[in-house]
Amino acid sequence: MANIIGGITTSHIPAIANAMANGLEETPYWKPFFDGYPPVRDWLNEKKPDVIILFYNDHGLEFFIDKKPTFAIGVADEYHNADEGWGIPTIPPVTGESDLSWHIANSLVEDGFDMTICQEMKVDHGLTVPLNLMWPGYNYGHVKVIPVCINCEQHPMPQPKRTYALGQAIGRAVASFDQDLKVAVFGTGGMSHQLDGERAGIINREFDIDCLDKLVSDPEALTKYSNLDLVEIAGAQGVELNMLIAMRGTLIGEVKELHRNYHAPISNTGSGLMLLEHTMPKK
Amino acid sequence: MTQTVDIPGTIMLDGPMATKGYPLNKMCYSFNNAAARNEFKQDEEAYYEKFKLTEEQRDAMRKRDVIAMLEAGGSIYYLAKFAGLLGLSVQDVGGLQTGMTTEEFKAFLVKQGEI
Repeated sequence: MANIIGGITTSHIPAIANAMANGLEETPYWKPFFDGYPPVRDWLNEKKPDVIILFYNDHGLEFFIDKKPTFAIGVADEYHNADEGWGIPTIPPVTGESDLSWHIANSLVEDGFDMTICQEMKVDHGLTVPLNLMWPGYNYGHVKVIPVCINCEQHPMPQPKRTYALGQAIGRAVASFDQDLKVAVFGTGGMSHQLDGERAGIINREFDIDCLDKLVSDPEALTKYSNLDLVEIAGAQGVELNMLIAMRGTLIGEVKELHRNYHAPISNTGSGLMLLEHTMPKK
Repeated sequence: MTQTVDIPGTIMLDGPMATKGYPLNKMCYSFNNAAARNEFKQDEEAYYEKFKLTEEQRDAMRKRDVIAMLEAGGSIYYLAKFAGLLGLSVQDVGGLQTGMTTEEFKAFLVKQGEI
């Protein structure tokens, strides 16, 4: 059976891509952020997951609002990055895992989640920045990635209770896959931030840290928030917390926090890096 | 039913706003393509016409008024591509919206990150 060995939360902002492309990791601004990553990289290199299920939101590369899926899953064997319009480097292809992707897609639809299923899907910084953070130098080609994309742009968006339930359904789907695969799950984005309006620039450090605490020990509490609550408390793009909540949903067994690094600000956001080890429930 | 509530300084991209903003967002989405960015730079007015922007949207674009673009239904995801085309960072855009200089806006961010 496939086995979820852990979950990771990480920022995915494009400024990280530029910082890495320009070798700024050791500068005073960036160092407190990048210093959080080596323990997580070490864990990944030691545990060697075969597959990464990666929750992110597309920021207008693959999906425009002409047709905006609420939830989308990639089922391809390869994904490509492309010009996003503002000058971050376009990076090498990402390897996919179509068998497990299709298994999850079948299981989700059976379970009441009517996914948009994508055989071609350009992946933007929401997916590529976390991969390059974990395997710098674009050395992520060996790991197979299953993209799961959540609408965080246009209301109505899926509510936290729904994204958590989606995560749980993916957790069950993985547990029912009959190949021995090690799977890690990334929840990317956030945390508190607002890019638009006169309220741009708000960061809520206290709320972010409370969210990280609850992601470990009381994720159900986060499902009580509505997206409007999140906008009010954590900014218009604070709704990206949904990706972290979805990740936590997949961890249907026992969870142990191994590492955390919260730092703010990075660009306009609070950044929450966390590594959760996961033990699957006994059958 | 609409999800919109009044959060001061926040313009929610809900259904009616997404409908209103569609031409503007579609134009900015096109900026993923380098040829489109060049076409825009060569003749902005012709590019507004190509995407049938409303007069309100054209006016906001001409003035480089980010708040007016949001009020005209702009999504920050696509407006960010326009900002990139102009060579502006998200901190520059933050400053433009809040009446701060970029340095003041950066300092505002840093202050909130302090323990």
